[in-house]
Amino acid sequence: MTALVPFNFDIGSAASPSIKMPGVKTAEKRTALIEVQDVSKVFGDRSAEALTMLDAGEDRAAILARTGTAVGLNHVSFDVAEGEILVVMGLSGSGKSTMLRCLNRLIEPSSGTIRVRGADVTAMAPAALRDFRRHSFGMVFQHFALFPHRTILGNVEFGLEVQGMAKPARRDSAMRAIELVGLKGWDARYPSELSGGMKQRAGLARALAADAAVLLMDEAFSALDPLIRRDMQQELVELQRRLQKTIVFVSHDLDEAIALGGRIVLMKDGAIVQVGTAEAILAHPATPYVARFVEHIDVASVLKVGALLAAVPIVLRSQEDPAEAANRMEAAGCGNTLVVDAAGRLLGRTDIAALRRVPNGQGLERAVRSCARVAATASVKQALPVVAAEAEAVAVVDEDGRLLGTIDRVGIINALARRSANPEAAS
Amino acid sequence: MNWSVPRIPLDTWCDAALDWLTEALSGVTRAISHSVSDWIAELTTLLQAVPPPMIILAFGLLAWRVSGWRLSIGSMLGFAFLWNLRLWDPMVTTLVMVVLSTAASIAIGLPLGIVAALNARTWRVVAPCMDMAQTMPSFVYLIPAIPFFGLGPVSACFATVIFAMPPTIRLTALGILQVPGELTEAADAFGTTRWQKLVKVQLPLALPTIMAGINQTIMLSLSMVVIAAMIGAGGLGREVWSAIQRLEAGRGFQAGVAIAVLAIILDRITQQVSRRAQPR
Ligand SMILES: Nc1ncnc2c1ncn2[C@@H]1O[C@H](COP(=O)(O)OP(=O)(O)OP(=O)(O)O)[C@@H](O)[C@H]1O
Ligand SMILES: [Mg+2]
Repeated sequence: MTALVPFNFDIGSAASPSIKMPGVKTAEKRTALIEVQDVSKVFGDRSAEALTMLDAGEDRAAILARTGTAVGLNHVSFDVAEGEILVVMGLSGSGKSTMLRCLNRLIEPSSGTIRVRGADVTAMAPAALRDFRRHSFGMVFQHFALFPHRTILGNVEFGLEVQGMAKPARRDSAMRAIELVGLKGWDARYPSELSGGMKQRAGLARALAADAAVLLMDEAFSALDPLIRRDMQQELVELQRRLQKTIVFVSHDLDEAIALGGRIVLMKDGAIVQVGTAEAILAHPATPYVARFVEHIDVASVLKVGALLAAVPIVLRSQEDPAEAANRMEAAGCGNTLVVDAAGRLLGRTDIAALRRVPNGQGLERAVRSCARVAATASVKQALPVVAAEAEAVAVVDEDGRLLGTIDRVGIINALARRSANPEAAS
Repeated sequence: MNWSVPRIPLDTWCDAALDWLTEALSGVTRAISHSVSDWIAELTTLLQAVPPPMIILAFGLLAWRVSGWRLSIGSMLGFAFLWNLRLWDPMVTTLVMVVLSTAASIAIGLPLGIVAALNARTWRVVAPCMDMAQTMPSFVYLIPAIPFFGLGPVSACFATVIFAMPPTIRLTALGILQVPGELTEAADAFGTTRWQKLVKVQLPLALPTIMAGINQTIMLSLSMVVIAAMIGAGGLGREVWSAIQRLEAGRGFQAGVAIAVLAIILDRITQQVSRRAQPR
């Protein structure tokens, strides 16, 4: 008896749930928009000496003791792909803000190169750099940094005004950005009249107004209370999807990194310790530091349903003969199963008794009833209530509603138990 | 005691420097001084010719614009009081002096303060000069002022500006340095030129502080009127000065009160301007 697999790709066996999910693009495949190569930063007067010590592999404390210079970045290299959200994480003082500010040279890197769309930012003359900042970067700050003497409109149009855009045109663009972040009607107010969440919306609008390809966000939501913060994270993800911005987001909060859903760059003492998705970092922490960093993380919110798929023994197609289908199921010893249409999209569930009741000459659809389903991209945490409410394994579908497999309680419990007991043991 | 270290001839040096400067410059400065003092005299006469009620009303309107009816009525009463004391003409002379000195202080002090804020080296030069200008007895400026500008209102203005300008410089620099780093960083991040950053961010945010500096400059100019009268500035200062010389206590007191009233009116009005400059 062969399991009917009406899909255009492989479903892995339950034992190896490593599945290529369609629709979940891997960032690495896209072209790099920002390339950071071997960038170091030392703060202080004796930077040349400090740099040689750094190259010789001496550690931060030794360099500070000998030269009195603080090491902000230690040979950092990474790429940011076009249209991705990259989250730079690390404990306080790990060099996240320094890294971010090196990208638009608010902080001058001591060595290394940074390229944006192939252009070497580190070699730019002041005028070229200004032009680049105006057109390629939008920045959002932790404490909003709105200009208190300007209205919200005045703040949002600031970048365009600096570019020298004529007043009517920049008003239009600014108003559109204000609308985009949901601040319509607040344009004539002053920043002091807005709540924290609204201020940061204004900050976001200001960064969006110039329509720059890259958004640099330094702990942009850290000053907001948790509820507003979660809303803003969701809205940012939504905006990013719509506008296809490339976002470099600094955060010290792993939950935030997970909510934003992109790759994570983990920093410690000015150096990068690991780069990867939240799932990958959770599954394979590169160092004990990373393991400690992620140990408090709620695995269920990181783990995607798509990673826990079990294959379905028998899948029925809607154009099959009901009686034959019932026979097949009986032979395989399964009382009920899932039904898909010709394109592999999930229609619902049926059982032998229902199939037998279908009058002769009628299609199998008559026996199909609707059933619960979860998206492959949903986290286990989101899927839990659905799985808990269902007696049978729950169908997992992709973005187009095609059946990928199922997920059940046992699978979830096993996965959670394995990962929280020892993250390194998990695959 | 036997001092073997020779005395530093500071006085001789100063004399030599002053002589040299006088030799080199006084021709020009005196010529300028002449035309400027003529101009000041004309302006003063012109304003004195305006009927006092019109000027009183103008100040009332100004006060009403920047603050409200309270300040408006207060300043009109104050000016009416000065008029009643028959001190109107000296008051106008003093007012012209104060306004001109303040204008000169702003014209020089504001750019200097801006440069000092943006450039640490300039600050290191300007700061001790200001300390000296403010702590040196102000009579001392009168001595070199006379060979350059002669007796009269220009010398008085010169001494007044040196004494009254430091707060404008200091508070302009302070105001700019006090702009939160996050805001200048934001300006940089959006690609501002130095000038754009100054005009669009730093100066507007420093404005209340700068206005406080200008307010102090006005007050210090007023405090110089009596000293300025010693070199022929005229106005309320001369009233006080001649009363002192003739031991007329009543007249001296009356002129002193007049200066105080003028000071209070100018102070309140400029303070309100400063407060209105506060970003919300
Ligand atoms: N202007 C500066 N002068 C000297 N040292 C600096 C300067 N800016 C940053 N540093 C040092 O560089 C290191 C990294 O700082 P950075 O601000 O990038 O950390 P961070 O990861 O952003 O921390 P946080 O989460 O607290 O914002 C710190 O050790 C800090 O002391
Ligand atoms: Mg930081």
